Amino acid sequence: MDIAMNTTEALMSPDSTDATSVHKPVRDAVGSPLLDATDARMTCRNVNVYYGEKHAIHDVSLDIGKNEVIAMIGPSGCGKSTFLRCLNRMNDTIEGCRVSGQIQIDDQDIYDKSIDVVPLRAQVGMVFQKPNPFPKSIFDNVAYGPRIHGLAGNRTDLDEIVETSLQKAGLWEEVKDRLDQPGTGLSGGQQQRLCIARAIAVSPEVILMDEPCSALDPIATARIEELIDELRSNFTIAIVTHSMQQAARVSQRTAYFHLGDLIEVGATEQIFTNPTHKLTEDYITGRFG
Amino acid sequence: MPTSTLIILLLAVSSALYYFGRQRSLAVAGGEIRKLHSLPSYYGYYAALWCLLPALAVLLLWNGFESKVITTLVVNGLPAEVRNVDDARLGLMINDIRNLATGGVVSARPDPAMQTAASHYQDLQNISRAALAVVALVIASIGGFLAWRKIATGHRARNKVESIVKGFLLSSSTLAIFTTLGIVLSVLFEAIRFFQHVSITDFLFGLSWSPQMAIRADQVGSSGAFGAIPLFVGTMLISFIAMMVAAPIGLMAAIYLSEYASRRVRAIVKPVMEILAGIPTVVYGFFAALTVAPFLRDTGSMIGLDVSSESALAAGLVMGIMIIPFVSSLSDDVINAVPQAMRDGAYGLGATRSETIRQVIIPAALPGIVGGMLLAVSRAIGETMIVVMAAGLSANLTANPLEAVTTVTVQIVTLLVGDQEFDSPKTLAAFALGLSLFVTTLILNIVALHVVRKYREQYE
Repeated sequence: MDIAMNTTEALMSPDSTDATSVHKPVRDAVGSPLLDATDARMTCRNVNVYYGEKHAIHDVSLDIGKNEVIAMIGPSGCGKSTFLRCLNRMNDTIEGCRVSGQIQIDDQDIYDKSIDVVPLRAQVGMVFQKPNPFPKSIFDNVAYGPRIHGLAGNRTDLDEIVETSLQKAGLWEEVKDRLDQPGTGLSGGQQQRLCIARAIAVSPEVILMDEPCSALDPIATARIEELIDELRSNFTIAIVTHSMQQAARVSQRTAYFHLGDLIEVGATEQIFTNPTHKLTEDYITGRFG
Repeated sequence: MPTSTLIILLLAVSSALYYFGRQRSLAVAGGEIRKLHSLPSYYGYYAALWCLLPALAVLLLWNGFESKVITTLVVNGLPAEVRNVDDARLGLMINDIRNLATGGVVSARPDPAMQTAASHYQDLQNISRAALAVVALVIASIGGFLAWRKIATGHRARNKVESIVKGFLLSSSTLAIFTTLGIVLSVLFEAIRFFQHVSITDFLFGLSWSPQMAIRADQVGSSGAFGAIPLFVGTMLISFIAMMVAAPIGLMAAIYLSEYASRRVRAIVKPVMEILAGIPTVVYGFFAALTVAPFLRDTGSMIGLDVSSESALAAGLVMGIMIIPFVSSLSDDVINAVPQAMRDGAYGLGATRSETIRQVIIPAALPGIVGGMLLAVSRAIGETMIVVMAAGLSANLTANPLEAVTTVTVQIVTLLVGDQEFDSPKTLAAFALGLSLFVTTLILNIVALHVVRKYREQYE
């Protein structure tokens, strides 16, 4: 009981979300998937994922640095989305999915039995491929997370959280006069920014984005990419994308996955200009995938 | 030749034409299927259908008019003094002639005139049968031959065959509609006859139901009261009790099955629920009458309540159990139709399973669930067997579920069971009740389907 309580507190404590800390580019990590301990926000060691008999991810070790945008690229079915979903245990909802290895945040193994997924997911938020606003009003969509986690003491606090979240997501100006309209009535790009606002509203430390722009047109995509760059100062972002240009534009580090293996990870610039591995080079240059 | 033999023969001829049509298409293409507009089998079907359909149409029409034509001919052949009687006598006579001709039992000892008529009838029938066989086969051959001749490389057989198939599908789908229309009309006309005896307002707003009528003039009987309100109230009371049972239990079962149950539990529980739906309602009926009702009565007397041995409560409870699988399977479908993205979105924000269900899934599925509930209500209103056996016959105007009440369906059954005369308001009342029942469930179904459809549009 005690342990569980402590864990919950540890997960809820916002000690490491230091918005004022200056972003330090992670250039020194070239070629190595592991950052030095001070910079890593999440550390993954020897992660294996099985769907029933199928071995989907083999022994992936990767660190996700603080206030960085890390892009995960690779051909379809390479396991990048599966890996991303491990980071806040969204794979729990899939029947027959089994994860082994170690994924740590704040020195806590998130797959430990004593860990409650509810505070974990508040700490590690997620934005999905297809915009999925709830069939509720814009306000209620953003207020949903704060409400279930009890983050706002009264209505004024809640209003403030909703407003700042929408502002951070760059949606406030467009929707401030119609907060009571259904969120499903917005355009695709606006819906996706609403989903980002919804994720931000619970003040997570890490935001996972699973191909957040694949259902959007180029203009909406550009808007979201801009937003990701702005969010970097406050959040750590892991993004899965099919678009290599997008990875190059928004990320500081890039990880290349191939058939369930992590092939290479390094500074984005280096991966795209001077990949060390043959497979990465083939994929980057468009020889397959 | 009997009709069945003729049909078999026609099928044989058309199968032959299928073969010939196919062969001819291959022959005109010189064995190269690519040159043909359609695949060879379509040319075969084309020839076969042209052979079969006109012949079948002739067969149907012929069978429709045959007996009328023959009867007229036979009657005209009868001696004038036999023929000049009233219609009812003539009808009996024709019946006798037919029975004589087919070797059945006749009402009186046949006189010579009848004997001649019967043999005349038989002759005519034989001629007609033979003629029909010849005509049908000739038409089949001509139709098939013409179609066979038309086969050429550019001939669009596929399009023609497919349009015929489309016609078949269309007629199958409209069949149900026309049947419904027929039922409505038949009920409507009888109901109108009823309303000539009893005014609509008396029927719809009268508070007393006692459909006993004096059948003969010298009989002392009540004049009959046809106020249907006690029946409507009884129906609503029982349906309400049934929904009180079925709606929460069915919905919760659906939530468990779609959100909590593992695949293995689901694989066992769902079929078992469906077995519940497969129990005949008459079995539920005696469960209600012989187990639940006495149990309620005994329990009631133990705590000092006066429960009648046929009570609305017993019927309603059992009916509710009967509807549970209906509600749960409809709700289950609707809940499953809520996109996985909704669940992911809520789980991704750290919502627990119950928060996700209460705050995201149920609100999203609510219109569909309401639609399903309305369908269940119309099912409860129309349910007959359980209430016949467990709810009683006394038309009490009461809202007390411990008393015996009666429902619209029960009264329809009792009014139409046994010997009837179809010009008494007592019997005709059944049709008026049937019409009101039909209109009610129709409206409920339309509203329910509308609600469900509106919900579907929201996501797709």
